[in-house]
Amino acid sequence: MGLTGLEIYKHLPKTNCKDCGSPTCLAFAMALASGKASLDACPHVTDEAKEALDSASAPPIKLVKVGTGDHVVELGEETEIFRHDKRFFHPTGVAVLISDNEDVAAKADAYEALEFHRVGLDFVTDMVAVKCDSGDAGKFKAAVETVAAKTGKAVILVTDDPAVMEAGLAVVADRKPLLAAATVDNYEKMTELAKSKECPLVVRGKDLNETAELVEKIVALGYKELVLDSGARETSKVLADLTQFRRLAVRKKYRPFGYPTIAFTSKDDPREEVIQAGVYLSKYADVVVLKACEKQQLLPLLSWRQNLYTDPQKPVAVEAKLYDVGEPNEDSPVYVTTNFSLTYYIVEGEVESTRIPSRILSVDTGGVSVLTAYADNKFSAETITEAMKKSGLEEKVKHRKIVLPGHVAVLKGSLEEESGWEVVVGPREASGISKFAKESFA
Amino acid sequence: MAVEILKEKYRSKVGEVVLGATKEQGGTRSHTVTVGGESALPYLHFEGETPNRPVVALEVWDMAPQDWDPLFEKYYGDVWNDPGAWAKKCVEEFGAEMIQIRLKGADPDLNDASPEDCVAAVKKVLEAVGVPLIVVGCGKAEKDNTIYAPVAEAAAGENLLIGVAELENYKAVTSACMANQHNIIANSPIDINICKQLNILISEMSTAMASRIVIDPTIAALGYGIEYSYSIMERARNGALQGDKMLAMPMIGNVGMEVWRTKEANSPVEDEPGWGEQEERGLLWEATTAMAYLQSGIDLMVMRHPEALKVIKANIDDLMKDNSY
Repeated sequence: MGLTGLEIYKHLPKTNCKDCGSPTCLAFAMALASGKASLDACPHVTDEAKEALDSASAPPIKLVKVGTGDHVVELGEETEIFRHDKRFFHPTGVAVLISDNEDVAAKADAYEALEFHRVGLDFVTDMVAVKCDSGDAGKFKAAVETVAAKTGKAVILVTDDPAVMEAGLAVVADRKPLLAAATVDNYEKMTELAKSKECPLVVRGKDLNETAELVEKIVALGYKELVLDSGARETSKVLADLTQFRRLAVRKKYRPFGYPTIAFTSKDDPREEVIQAGVYLSKYADVVVLKACEKQQLLPLLSWRQNLYTDPQKPVAVEAKLYDVGEPNEDSPVYVTTNFSLTYYIVEGEVESTRIPSRILSVDTGGVSVLTAYADNKFSAETITEAMKKSGLEEKVKHRKIVLPGHVAVLKGSLEEESGWEVVVGPREASGISKFAKESFA
Repeated sequence: MAVEILKEKYRSKVGEVVLGATKEQGGTRSHTVTVGGESALPYLHFEGETPNRPVVALEVWDMAPQDWDPLFEKYYGDVWNDPGAWAKKCVEEFGAEMIQIRLKGADPDLNDASPEDCVAAVKKVLEAVGVPLIVVGCGKAEKDNTIYAPVAEAAAGENLLIGVAELENYKAVTSACMANQHNIIANSPIDINICKQLNILISEMSTAMASRIVIDPTIAALGYGIEYSYSIMERARNGALQGDKMLAMPMIGNVGMEVWRTKEANSPVEDEPGWGEQEERGLLWEATTAMAYLQSGIDLMVMRHPEALKVIKANIDDLMKDNSY
């Protein structure tokens, strides 16, 4: 993304005047390239050079914010095509669509109830879209009022009619809603509205070409808080267009596509709609708008978003504590493992399938697996004993017996000594737990 | 202003594997199913071919499952004591494009079914349906190694897909497939290097087997490490397209089995009132998991809930539509 020192050097005065504090212009260019200096330090750089360097060093996709306060949703600033190359940064905004032709208050209530708690995390929808299907500015305004009164989440106003948009904006302009959308026919008025209220604006062409043209026109009017919509609504076409937006922005630094993107579902069957939204969420949409508004429909989608946007380089940890599997009592077996989430969940799944109520002690290993943690001394007699004490295990079970992963059987002696408990060496792989449990505890 | 569409040019493509054999080809299937063959990333038809639709199978056991969620009884309860009838219902009523028979009853901790019993179960399914079959063991390597050869021999000519070969245990199943010209599932634990290594080992036993491998990269359910499998599959597919022959195989995943082990699919609404209605949640958990793997390049999925299968087939119809510029 960033320019090399030599590329930057070309734009500098090359006078070696030292006014910036660096001994030469080349040295200054190198410092700029590595982010150790700011271009402002050079008093002689020309405006043209400044603009060239600014736009070249700008992120390939602009950061656009929707909403205010606690409900700001940040979109864009993505740098990757594949999450395994680095990571995806700003999770897709998931917006539920409310039409001004339906029971707005009821759907807004259902929307506000969408909040989930699983695996120690909270999952929420972050945006709500209000759409004018009635064609009536007054009705739309009333719908926006109802929604705004019920939720503080970031709002998307959906209408192609600038007069209707203005009516909606009159209610929520101070909440910085996303305006959807500017088209070939209305862009001048929409841009003016967006600009005057400082609200981000969706740009919708009928295809990629028209979208690019329209972006340039709006940028020429002096507005850059934009979100892209290619106008496609068929699953495979949207997938292709979203891929082109991302690829051209990231790989070619194609400026007209250097903005976040939005995708609207087209399916009416809620199951198909959730899956269609999932496709867009997987492949590059920064906002997905869907009609589905029931818990069982949104939870899978929000979970997928959470998974997709985790940092692949950072181990994912579960809370290090004593977990109950089933309804264990004071005689139930106790397994010990690490707090690497993948390890933990696999062990939990296997223990659960033994149908013997049990406890699993997850030891804080910084979210790394059994063998890695062992090698790093994070899964040792000391750390396990400490976790046992901290978890209050002693009060919860009568017996003094703990099951150790087979891969670290070597810890048996030291752990017995350290904890005073009997250590049973379990299977090396979690898949062996059911057989092991059957033989040991059934 | 014409946008210059960015199309990737790949050096190579994924190999095709044909599953099943018709009467003329020495089997008894009504048709064959071909998986793989992609020369583009998933459903980017504008830059290459996806010649074969991804295939969805349903799973049949050789015994009535004891640990499936009770909600499955209304779909399979009338047939799950008879693998043939079960398979027939999956194909004719639920639209399964293939059947995977899991010889779960062979598990020494369950029925400890004999190799002969296993052969009989596979034969029942072969007789009941015309779609190509996938046959997998009970998951206990020692026992499974006694099943592969008799099953492979009894179904010689049927061009089955048999699994699973693992790094620590691939020889028995590979030999059984080699001798009777079946295809093999090569399973690696979410690890691209082991995936390649296993494919090399199988290919070394028989060069003919190299073009009969279907990769099982180990898939996790949504919420349980799906992102690891997703990224491994994306990397494998990129590797295949860039010319790595030992990654250029179609991929399979046991979506239904993984999903229906999760709390999110199995918890009744009384236990998790905040998660919404259970069956709908579970089937969408399964369909969402499948959706994600379609996006990372999977070719063949074994599912469980008939409605999840239906939704995913509709999604595949949509994804297969041309999107060239």
